[in-house]
Amino acid sequence: MDSLKLGITKRYGNKTVLDNLELDIRKGEFVTFLGPSGCGKSTALSIVAGLIAATEGEIRLNGARVDHLPPEKRAFGMVFQNYALFPHMTVFDNVSFGLTLKPLSKEEIKKRTDAMLKLVQLTGYEERYPGQLSGGQQQRVAIARALVLHPRLMLFDEPLSNLDAKLRVEMRAEIKQIHAALGLTSIYVTHDQAEALSLSDRIVLLRNGVLMQSGTPQEIHDRPKNVFVADFMGFRNFFKVRIASVSNGIAEGVGDGIRIRARAGADVRVDTDMVMAIRPDDIRAGGEVVSGAEDVSGRVEVVEYLGREQEAAIRINDNTRVWLRTAEAIRTADTIGLQFPIDKVVLLPAE
Amino acid sequence: MRAVANDEKSEFDALAFFCLLPSLLYVLCMFVYPFLYGVYLSLQPQKVSGFSFANYLTFFSDPYQYGTIWITFSLAIPTTIVVLLLALWLAYGMRRGIFMERTVTTILIMPISLGVILLSEGILGFYGSQGWFNQVLLGLGLIKEPFILTHNYAGVMLALFMQQFPFCFLMLLGYISGIDPSLERSARMLGATPSIVFRRVMLPLIAPGLAIAFALVFVMSFAVFPSAIMLGQPAGTTRTISIAAYQKAFEQYDMSAASAIAVVMGLCQLAALLVIILFRRRLSPAATMGVGKR
Repeated sequence: MDSLKLGITKRYGNKTVLDNLELDIRKGEFVTFLGPSGCGKSTALSIVAGLIAATEGEIRLNGARVDHLPPEKRAFGMVFQNYALFPHMTVFDNVSFGLTLKPLSKEEIKKRTDAMLKLVQLTGYEERYPGQLSGGQQQRVAIARALVLHPRLMLFDEPLSNLDAKLRVEMRAEIKQIHAALGLTSIYVTHDQAEALSLSDRIVLLRNGVLMQSGTPQEIHDRPKNVFVADFMGFRNFFKVRIASVSNGIAEGVGDGIRIRARAGADVRVDTDMVMAIRPDDIRAGGEVVSGAEDVSGRVEVVEYLGREQEAAIRINDNTRVWLRTAEAIRTADTIGLQFPIDKVVLLPAE
Repeated sequence: MRAVANDEKSEFDALAFFCLLPSLLYVLCMFVYPFLYGVYLSLQPQKVSGFSFANYLTFFSDPYQYGTIWITFSLAIPTTIVVLLLALWLAYGMRRGIFMERTVTTILIMPISLGVILLSEGILGFYGSQGWFNQVLLGLGLIKEPFILTHNYAGVMLALFMQQFPFCFLMLLGYISGIDPSLERSARMLGATPSIVFRRVMLPLIAPGLAIAFALVFVMSFAVFPSAIMLGQPAGTTRTISIAAYQKAFEQYDMSAASAIAVVMGLCQLAALLVIILFRRRLSPAATMGVGKR
């Protein structure tokens, strides 16, 4: 395939679960639909797969419409969250299932199945049943079963969410490697931002069926466009501010009892209400002075130990608490100084 | 007993046995004893003193008697197959839910709550030669002669179907809707058309449920009694084996001979169940390994 063009809307009665989701996917791209549960990401994937019909819109593959085709005619591969292996078939029969539906010789089927099992490192497991495999092995069978058909597009529906944390990271790397090695085009659905950041060429962030932001992992991570995206991508400190001044591309906001500065685009006007956000790990704590940063101090209320570092809630005034993540030792009831580095503060439109 | 390895284990076993006691007693009193007594009775013919196979020999030498085995099978097997196929078709169609599902299901299972006698009376009235069914068809000029659907083989089939279908349908619906729907979706994504999905994915997974349903429906149909009398021809074409036993017991007051017939009947049912079990093993060996369950 060379390109996939989406423009789909899905309604259940009066409820719109996907509101005109428009997207162009190029050959070789790894696109992730990211969002909290109920945001419509799985619905979108099922519509691309052909398992659910869109209420309006179309799907074009290399310019030709495919939205009227049943799933078996689209030649897309799909990996499900619960693996969906056929429990009454061996690993070999599961992987070769799709091949047996094509006019291929037994030798050809065996050759291709064996090669695929080798790729996912399951040689020797041919005669096992899915119930005799671990979760990670089952998911590898599910991936092999789809890949063996050389799908034009691979669809992943939260494939790692049933695995434990360690295995999830390993499988994530495996999926990325297979995607690159086989030159696949993939759409991946997840609610895990770390998974999305590590796998994707492009992330599509959805909320209640509406596209919030689409961009590279760096763009989404560093330059969220609104409070929802920022919140989802790990910004934990939000300040409602009024822009007091804008000069030399730097806006100063006042609100929530503090004064913060951020880099501002040309469209930021004085006296507008906006939101400034910063990640807990971007706030500097202690005496170290960073030029261009505004200093604030406060009293430590809560400390959460996270292993390498700790996250602390710091009360800077009656209305405002700031979350800080630092490797330095801090204790409850300490008073510490905080700095918000100007390049780390993002300016967002007020909700 | 010395064989017991440690105290904890023996204590556990005693507790387990104690808990099992009520059900064991029930099985012993309500099933094992009557069954063994029946076998014992059947071996003590009225006119002979001591043990003898006379009752069985008499049964198998009289075509009027042993013919009932064939009659019963020829009623039970076709009924079971028709019930199973229709229930499978309907339950498979309803596996993902349908419009007004609760209402449809209620209507389908209604016959269970009515009881055999009321149902048979209803069939007599509705399908009899003076009943609505034939009157409507005659009135519309679709037929010249009424269909004879009562007091014959067809009548008993009809009654058996209506009694067995709801059970079978409910069982299969439960079984089929318990199968993970993503299996079907993944098969479609791998290129399978709906009919291939049914044949290669769903049917093997439904097979164990079908086997159980077949066994239950068959056993219940084989014991057909009230409908065979009310809707059939109890002296002729629908003289089932249970009627033969009843006549021996309560018309000729020969409990011993009746017991022998009941034992033969039980053996026939057992034989059919064995065939089903063997067939199912061959059909889906994986399902018997317990990996079919999620």
